[in-house]
Amino acid sequence: MPNKTFFWFFLPTGLAMILFIGLPIISTGVQSFYAQHDQVVKEVKKCDPFGCTVSIVVDNEATTKIREAKPLGKFNGFGTYIDRNHLATEEIKKFWNETETFGEFVDQVTNLPFYKALIFTLTYCIFVTPNVLLLGFIIALSLNAISRKIRGPLIFGTILPMIVTPLVGSLVLFWMIDSQGIIGANIQNLMNDPYLSLKSSKTLTWITIIIYGIWHHSPFAFVVFYAALQTVPQEPIEAAIIDGASRFQRIKHIVLPHIYPVVTFVALISLMDNFRVFEPIIGFSAEGSAQSLSWLIYDNLVNEEVILFGSAAATSMMTIIGIAILLAPVLVRTWKEFKTAR
Amino acid sequence: MRKILVALLFLLFGTSAYADCNIKSGSINILANDFPALRTFVETSKQCKGSADFKVTHSSEHNKIAVPALTANPSEFSARIAANSSIVPLMNQDLIRPLDDLVKKYGKGIQDSQLITIDGKVMAVAFMANTQHLYYREDVLKDLGIAVPKTYEEVVAASEKIRASGKMQYPYAAAYKAGWNLAEEFVNMYIGHGGEFFKSGSAEPNVNNAKGVATLNMLKKLSELSNPDYLTHDSEAIKVEWEAGNVALMTLWASRSGTLLDDEGDANITKATKLTGPATVAGGNIPAATLWWDGFTLAKNRPDADAEATFRALAHAASNKKMVADAADQAVWLVEGFVPGPKSIGVIEAVKMGAKPYPMLPQMGLMHGALGSEIVEFLQGKESAEQALKDVEAAYTSKAKEQGFL
Repeated sequence: MPNKTFFWFFLPTGLAMILFIGLPIISTGVQSFYAQHDQVVKEVKKCDPFGCTVSIVVDNEATTKIREAKPLGKFNGFGTYIDRNHLATEEIKKFWNETETFGEFVDQVTNLPFYKALIFTLTYCIFVTPNVLLLGFIIALSLNAISRKIRGPLIFGTILPMIVTPLVGSLVLFWMIDSQGIIGANIQNLMNDPYLSLKSSKTLTWITIIIYGIWHHSPFAFVVFYAALQTVPQEPIEAAIIDGASRFQRIKHIVLPHIYPVVTFVALISLMDNFRVFEPIIGFSAEGSAQSLSWLIYDNLVNEEVILFGSAAATSMMTIIGIAILLAPVLVRTWKEFKTAR
Repeated sequence: MRKILVALLFLLFGTSAYADCNIKSGSINILANDFPALRTFVETSKQCKGSADFKVTHSSEHNKIAVPALTANPSEFSARIAANSSIVPLMNQDLIRPLDDLVKKYGKGIQDSQLITIDGKVMAVAFMANTQHLYYREDVLKDLGIAVPKTYEEVVAASEKIRASGKMQYPYAAAYKAGWNLAEEFVNMYIGHGGEFFKSGSAEPNVNNAKGVATLNMLKKLSELSNPDYLTHDSEAIKVEWEAGNVALMTLWASRSGTLLDDEGDANITKATKLTGPATVAGGNIPAATLWWDGFTLAKNRPDADAEATFRALAHAASNKKMVADAADQAVWLVEGFVPGPKSIGVIEAVKMGAKPYPMLPQMGLMHGALGSEIVEFLQGKESAEQALKDVEAAYTSKAKEQGFL
């Protein structure tokens, strides 16, 4: 395609992307460098049905004046990024100096909200992404091998987890693993421990969410792989069969190299999706044991009655950077291949 | 047949004639939490909407919607049913309007004690009071010869006895869901220990002390007597546990007593469900509970005509003797003509015992948020009480700095 044609072809999409993705990201970035103005408070008398007290309120007149002068807030630079609820540089320095063993240091650091969330997010990505790829590929291969007559209904059944709304899917599982639910109660019986709860143990909650993630995302990988499998040429496979190649050898030397670009694509998309894990945490009411970066943003924006725009913006920016770092190796590799291909 | 029809028509006309407050214009849109008493209140105000538009959103997620919705100009809602805690962010952002004029003009039946005044201005009109107090199963306690607990130490002892008897595995329940609910339990227990959340006269946190540690230890003891899933249980979940007969002692909102004592569910459990005041803790004389009011506020970013229509409709409910008589079971109404029934024991006892109201401070929301997420690991046995409280203070401090309170 000539460059000019491509430009005109891409223009509407490009404009929409700038408008709906680019500008909001820039605005979020700007916001992350600002904090709220110092609150002007005054002492007043407050009366309610239970009596009167003297206590403080925000002085709205004074605050409005300051706000009108500087609507963005107080410039804070990287202040929000390095405070305790984010990168916590000072705290980490302090822990490094104060703790004696490395284990103790790690304990202290992973107790900080941002690192706690980062560790969960990464663990989720590391366990879910490869398993999704593997499971999706195996399902696609098996479905591709069975009779065409029953393939339709089976494909439909396989992609059901993707059709079910994430929140509904996680809620159903949440009720099943309740200590009185069908899975929870049976595990208690099996382990003979009436205090065992999938929801109160951190490790078990993590495992549950990860299994849920694999269950929910596999159909996506399956659909893409299945479509790719339809394009595998039959001649080399037939030739391989004649040469006496086993099923495994055929997959390894013919099928996999053929659909390799698709595997990269699915890996990229899954990584991005998994890094933003959010719904299962809400669905499983797992806030206590598992927090992800996306959940931190949500928490800053809605969980408290005071909205922390700066914090939410800073975490958002760091999530974007995190995704970029995760994707970098795959992107670099694709770029190199693209160059050699030319 | 015709007689019945006439009677019906008369009834219809009769009620609408009785309720019409002659509101000619304006539009009314209310945001409220979702529990029976608030539904009754809003329904009552709807009777008098006249020719005004009337919309209502009942949502347990009301706290998340309120500030953004009222910040818009014009705001999505003309009124927000708020409580001690949720009025604070609205005040902080200057999103609600003083009601003095409207009270003077249309607030005839509203009692002075219902008015929430801040700095001399009426900012809200309260109509019900709420608190968390103890519920107990009379049959279970009687069988085991346990007296009705008055302190949390007695609650622990009683629960241990019930567990030892083999009657119930998890005899105690309270809304310990990580986040807002769990923080609220801490607030109650800390106040019961006589704690103050901030150093006097400042926004500096003050929870990392002996009282804070004692509070956490008590919460932990109680959690060990609860269903192991306690960190995911909110008020609704423990209500279900209670109705399933799994629990004999429970700390729950007074406003939920109506649904516990209604005709639904096992009649034997309902019959044996009794209410008593909130418990004290650690030999303190004030209960480990906070008093709450629910009242209505009007959005600032909304035309005066809407505010007037909304106020008139809501004031109709906030001074409605018939409503408080008909719905005496649903809440402790602050409206004139309310005769406290057996379901109001909890709140009345709490007031008698000198319970404190939930602190109405601009920075309290940040403290509440920090508590809700940072004390979880202590309850899970992953860190010490001191470390958890240190984390609470640190998390609060960085948020308060960003928000300009420190």
